Amino acid sequence: MAQFILPPNSRVGKGETHAAPADAKNVRRFDVYRYDPDTGENPRLDSYNIDVDDCGPMILDALIKIKNEVDPTLTFRRSCREGICGSCAMNIDGANTLACTLAIDDVKGDVSVYPLPHMSVVKDLVPDLTHFYAQYASIKPWLQTRSPAPPDSERLQSKEEQELINSPSACILCACCSTSCPSYWWNSDRYLGPAVLLAAYRWLVDSRDEATGERLDDLEDPFRLYRCHTIMNCTYACPKDLNPAKAIGEIKQMLTARRM
Amino acid sequence: MSLETPLGKALGHGSARAGTEHWLAQRLTAIALIPLGLWFVFALVPLQHGDHNAIANWVAEPLNAVLLILLVIALVYHSMLGLQVIVEDYVHGALGHTALITVKFVHIILAVAGIYAVVVTALGVGR
Repeated sequence: MAQFILPPNSRVGKGETHAAPADAKNVRRFDVYRYDPDTGENPRLDSYNIDVDDCGPMILDALIKIKNEVDPTLTFRRSCREGICGSCAMNIDGANTLACTLAIDDVKGDVSVYPLPHMSVVKDLVPDLTHFYAQYASIKPWLQTRSPAPPDSERLQSKEEQELINSPSACILCACCSTSCPSYWWNSDRYLGPAVLLAAYRWLVDSRDEATGERLDDLEDPFRLYRCHTIMNCTYACPKDLNPAKAIGEIKQMLTARRM
Repeated sequence: MSLETPLGKALGHGSARAGTEHWLAQRLTAIALIPLGLWFVFALVPLQHGDHNAIANWVAEPLNAVLLILLVIALVYHSMLGLQVIVEDYVHGALGHTALITVKFVHIILAVAGIYAVVVTALGVGR
């Protein structure tokens, strides 16, 4: 059965509260999910009161400030701090997004920070994305052709053909969309999820690719593709303003069109 | 514990090469149910105070009998497809397989019973 409540060892308890410096004027509270697999203890919610006048503008800046100045054991992924690497995807204020592109000012009240939902947690805000990446590899995200490449030029596309892959190519595989999808929560062992289906769509509409039929064959499955019920959390969550729900709809149309 | 590779796990048993028929049928029955459902509701309004004979006579009209049978088929088929999706979403393993078979059997029984009721009522009038 689908899991509707957390197992006992995953329930979140109350954690420590860290006070702000005495001279702080503009204090915001960050409630951060903490889990350390080495202690064997349940996850807990630690509260950090941060002087945001003495902090960068983004949620990621606050997390880095907490790690540098308050609690060096806080663990999270981050790299580019400009929304292109996808490392700092997490659940902030109840929605999946990138910590580096969400401003502290855009969150009302206390800021809750959790790891991406319904994933195994490695530590604190770090989810285990092994299966997510394996699913991405499973759709063969590379150009497949039978015609040999022209001897004296690249494989060419028209401007219109190139525009078809512009938007889906902008996906950074942060997993915000897939981990916001209830269908992915209940059936991620078999359902590919919006991020991987968007990647599959990117190769389906690539005019240079010659494996469209095989790609559609591999997607045509009650679980891999058709677990999508057009809930559209994916499109709402995407920090790059992409539209995985529309891409999945178009894959379904391609499958319908080829049998009519 | 499993030492299967992540890619092996993700690939699983491969694609079932199925699902499009189900998806399309769910949408087509939904479209069919819009006129059939509206017709049924509006046709029932003048019959609301009718006795058994009045309703049996209404069912015996050829057009009404045909539309009623179509309504039963579309409704039961749509319901079966929808419940199948819910079971696949939430019930996994052997229990899920049992539930899927039960859903199919119950709906086939409902369809046969519904069509039988229309036919018997329609043919029974005037005998």
